[in-house]
Order: sequence, then structure tokens, then C-alpha cells
Amino acid sequence: MSSREDILARVRAHKPALARPLPQVPYFDPPPGTDLTAVFRASFVQMGGTLPDCGAADPLDVVRGIVAAVPVSCSQVPEVRGNRALGADTLPASLADVDIGVVRASFGVAETGSVCLTEVDLLVNTLGYLPQHLIVLLDPARIVSNLHRAYQRPEWRTMHYAVLQSGPSATADIEGVLVHGAQGVRSLRLFFVPDRAG
Amino acid sequence: MSGAQGSDLNRNPPRPGRLDHAEGASVPLHSRVREAQPRGAVINGDQPINQAEAAERFMAAPEHERMHDARLWDLRQKRDRQMHGITEWEDLRRLASEIKEHALTHLDHYLEQFETNARANGIHVHWAQDADEHNAIILSLLRDHGVKRLIKSKSMLTEECGFRDFMAESGVEVVETDLGERIQQLDDEAPSHVVVPAVHKLRSDVADVFARTLGTDPNDDDVHYLTEQQREKTRPLILDAQAGLTGANFVVAETGTFVVCTNEGNADLSANTPPLQIASIGIEKVIPRLEDLPVFVRLLSRSALGSPITQYTSHFRGPRRGGELHVVLVDNGRSERLGMEQFWTSLKCIRCGACMNTCPVFRRSGGLSYGATYAGPIGLIIDPTFNRHRYSSLPFSSTLNGSCTNVCPVKINIHEQIAGWRRVLAETHELPLMKKAMMREAGHLLSHPALYRAAIATADSALKHLPRFMVYNRLNTWGHGREVPAPPRETFHQWYAANRASGQGEPS
Repeated sequence: MSSREDILARVRAHKPALARPLPQVPYFDPPPGTDLTAVFRASFVQMGGTLPDCGAADPLDVVRGIVAAVPVSCSQVPEVRGNRALGADTLPASLADVDIGVVRASFGVAETGSVCLTEVDLLVNTLGYLPQHLIVLLDPARIVSNLHRAYQRPEWRTMHYAVLQSGPSATADIEGVLVHGAQGVRSLRLFFVPDRAG
Repeated sequence: MSGAQGSDLNRNPPRPGRLDHAEGASVPLHSRVREAQPRGAVINGDQPINQAEAAERFMAAPEHERMHDARLWDLRQKRDRQMHGITEWEDLRRLASEIKEHALTHLDHYLEQFETNARANGIHVHWAQDADEHNAIILSLLRDHGVKRLIKSKSMLTEECGFRDFMAESGVEVVETDLGERIQQLDDEAPSHVVVPAVHKLRSDVADVFARTLGTDPNDDDVHYLTEQQREKTRPLILDAQAGLTGANFVVAETGTFVVCTNEGNADLSANTPPLQIASIGIEKVIPRLEDLPVFVRLLSRSALGSPITQYTSHFRGPRRGGELHVVLVDNGRSERLGMEQFWTSLKCIRCGACMNTCPVFRRSGGLSYGATYAGPIGLIIDPTFNRHRYSSLPFSSTLNGSCTNVCPVKINIHEQIAGWRRVLAETHELPLMKKAMMREAGHLLSHPALYRAAIATADSALKHLPRFMVYNRLNTWGHGREVPAPPRETFHQWYAANRASGQGEPS
């Protein structure tokens, strides 16, 4: 017998013969009228993300200004132009010298301050990890209340890769001292920009 | 937009002061003195691990003990604050337990469902009976692809399999990308905790390890400096590795997805940078549906670190364009454990480490004192399934206070299983010699009430008068690392006879 058959045979022989029905999982929705953007903002900052205050300025102008100030930028959003071209065949490791990456999130999660980035949002997945800093655009209309609602989204059934990113890369492995930029991005900045294309 | 505001915004976010969110400590912790790092349990072939001996050496290093205790207790308190912030917390624990018990009692079905869906998405699925087969499958994949260097994220399963040592002997360079795990790899030491692998080390210990292995300044033990050095030294190794390996926290049968949770983003780097991606996954990780996943994601990091979610929760459902993705489903004793009536629910464990953070024995003795892949309360009930003789004394390293059971997000009755293992080990003659002799005497006393009462009265009175060396000696393990409680002035029976017994007969 193959290992597969051996393992499955042992599992069948040993699994407890007990009635253990699969429960229904509620959505645990927040009270009606909850301001999801406000909850998202608080959670996002709690996870170490930054929400720059644009004042009266167009957030896209602010992003363009930030991008223009660094040597290497790579943008995957049509509204902002970077100076490093990105194509489907770009070598993942070649993004290591990028200072700032710009992407648009598929959606956000208020409960945890997470943004969902998929292989389509990133085009090359390392765009979410190898740049020193990451800027994310999020349409405030695309914020779901909690993780139960988040996992109802279609992305999980179509994408080969998707991440819920909540704040920048972080570690507290030495004496509990929290440091941003352990391996991935050192900062995560988010701008609310409605998605006119979608 | 004004110029001043613009230039302000154009700068990268300034490094903030002390960060206290997410998985960071909520109170400043700082080791004050340098102190030699106590090492773990002495491994002597198949001889039973002497956890108490290693724990004594850990406690003999007061700075290490103090920092370890403070850091883990802070994690426990942060966990409590998260718990109180969610009204449905107990519902989530119940759901998590029910979903896991359902999945485990239908494990063959869900494994096959995962395999079918993963294959349909282009994932290669392999099955490994044990550690040797796991290592051999991966080595063969690496050889087929001409891999000289593999980058990996933290995986307790690969620790179980002795993966790093095996690869070193096979000529493949393995680079750990989680900071804590990298520290442990460079120090040639096992992880001491499932979530924070180097939590038993002080910053000065890390400075020593990095100075020795990475050439950093031995006198600079600033945590930001050490973390940055590791980032800079590891990054080139990540960029030109030919393969990446991760573990998995959850496997969704319905979609053929596996999920990896990290704070550093190192699993995503390991998975997304090299052309070949491999995941080692224990067969107990499977859950049925996508809608089950949020129950566990909501519980995991809150229980582990007291943060609402890990910084990265990453979902892999198929290979990257132009890449190749292999999953190795590993049994390594799990299917046997599934048949153990008293202990099968230990397979519900999601490796959050909450039971370790709350355990008074773990916090004061360090994870390496257990001399096993899994330390702390969950280790006490898993380790004997791997080697009943070597880990025969571990179930005695517990006060049975039940705190582990109370914090477990999937409601494993950990302390009851610890007691259960004590019974099983006694029945199968795996009790440590000294305990065996004491149990024989105790058994005789307990079955003879008159003898018992006489003995208790004598023992209490003896305790009052015995010199310390008679109580705190090598034969009385209870006296190790703790004070015996002050003996009462009289026994209950003596008190009862004097105060209540008149005319009411002997208490039964």
C-alpha cells in the first residue's frame, strides 16, 4: 500500500465513532449603524499601520508626492505612476531594491484593520513584501465588518494567493520589544481612495 | 496642499517611540544584567528527561527566570484583554472545539476532499507516514530542482521531523527566516516556545549569538540594532534561494487552501520569492469549510500574543504563475493518537502557546527544560505519544491547576489529560523509580484508614521538628524549588475529636 493509503486506513481505523455534527457559524455582525470606517481606522492603527492626514488635499496627490521623493518606486495602481515597471513576468526577487510599493486592496476588515491583497492586486506577490515601505489604497465602501464577513468574499474561491495584511512586518522576538520591518515592509500607509474603475 | 504639510508627508513615517501594540510587550521589559544563558534538559539517549533538573538550572539564573516569567505573563494578560473585548469569545471557543472534533472524527473524508481540490488547483500533494518519509520527500524535490539553499518559515512539524539536521547532513543549506527561529538556528538550539522561539534568551544572549555567527558588535545589545542586522544579513540569502518551505496553521478542505499566520511576513517571502514552494502540514490541520476559518483566525493570535490578528494571514490555494507548489501531508503518529480514547482531542491544538504562557511551571522553568519538541502543558500530553519512555516524567511537571484548560481556545481538557497520562504511565510501569516507591507506600497507607491517620499525625509533627536537610533533600522532589507548607498544629481528626465529636460518633 502507498503511504497515502496507509495513513487513510489508519485514520479510518482509529477515528472515534462519536457523533460530532458540524455547527453553523453565525456572522456575529456588529450592531446596525456601526461606522465601519471608524472601526477600521482604529484597528489599522492598533496593528501599527499609518493613516496620513491629507487635510484638504487629494490623497492621490499626496501619494504621488511621496512616490516622487524616493529613488525607486513601483506602483500597481493606475492612478499613481512609479519608476519601476512591473510585468507579470518580473522576477520576484528583482523587487528587492524598491523603496516604495503602491497597491490597491481588494477590501478591508474593520475588526482587525486588515487589508486583503491578492495576486491580482500585487501582480507579482513580492511587491507586498520586498519594498521597504508599502502604500495601500482602499475604497471605504469595501470595508466588511469582521472576519466572518471577510471570508464570504469571492476572492478566496478564485485566487491562488491572497493575504490579509494587518500593519507592517513586525517582530517582538527579543525581550518583547516590538520592531517594525522584521523581514517585510517597514511601514504600511493607507489612503482612502474610492475605486472609480470598480 | 501646503509645502510644509507636503514635505512632512513625503517623509517615511518616523520611527515611533516604544511600540506597545500587536505582539509587543504591553509594559517595558528590559533585562538589567548580563547572565550566562541556562541551557536545556540533558538529553541522554532514550533515558527519561529530567525536567526538574533543567528547571532548577533555569531558576538558578534569576534574570532569565524573571524576564521569561514577565514576558509570558504579559502575553497572558494581553490575551485576557482581547478576550474581554469580544462578547462572543466563549461562543468562538465552543465553535472551534466543535468544528475540530467534527473534522477529526471525519478526518479521512476531509483529507481526501482537500487533496482533490488542491490537485485541481495545480498543487502537488504528497503523503508522509513519518519524519523520515517527510524528509526524504522534500530532499528528493530539492534534488530534482537542483536546490542548494532552502529558505523557510517557522514550523513545529519540521522540528518534530529533525528537518534541519537532516538537510545539513544532506548538503542543503537551510535558512530560517523568522527572527526568533533564526536566533535559535544560529545558536544551534531548539525553539523553546511554539510562538516565541527565543523567549528564554535575554538581549545580551542574542547579541552574543549574533556577534559569534553574524559578526555584529558584541557590545551592542540594542534590540532594534540586532533585529536590523538580522534583516540585512538574511535578505540576500532569501533573494537567491531556490526553494521556500512553510508550515501551515489551517487547511481548508472545501477550497484546497492552506493558511499560514506570521507577524514578520517571512512565510510570504519564503513562499513567494523562490520558484519552488513547499509546505509541510500535519494531517490534523484540516477544517471543513471556508466559513470555519474565521473562528480560528479570530482566536489564534488573540490567544497567542494578545493581538487581534497576526500581521500577515496568508492563503495559498495554488501555485504562482510560473512556479511550482508542493504540499506534504504528514502523519508522524497523529493517526495513532486519533485512536487514543483519553487523548485524541489533543489533536485539536492550534499551537497558540496560551497554555505555556499561563503555566507557572513553564514560565519559571523555560521551554527547553522539557527536552522535547513540544514544551509546556500541551507538550506534556503530546510528547509521550512520540516516546513513552523518554517523556515518561513530563506529565509530572504540572501543578494540575487547570489554567491551561481555561485559556485553551479549542477547549482541550489539558490538565485532565495530564492526570490521565500519569495514570497510563503508572499502569504501563513508566513511573520514575522514586515515584514508584512513594506510590507503593502511599497506596498501603491510603487503604488502611487507621494507619493513615497515625501517619498523618506523625508526619505533621515530624515536619515541625525535622531539620531542613531531611525535608529538602534529593529524595523528596516536592522540596525542589518550592517550600513545603507549614504543618498544621493538629490534624482535622484531632480537631474534630476535640471540638465536635462528643456524642455524634466518629466521622465517617
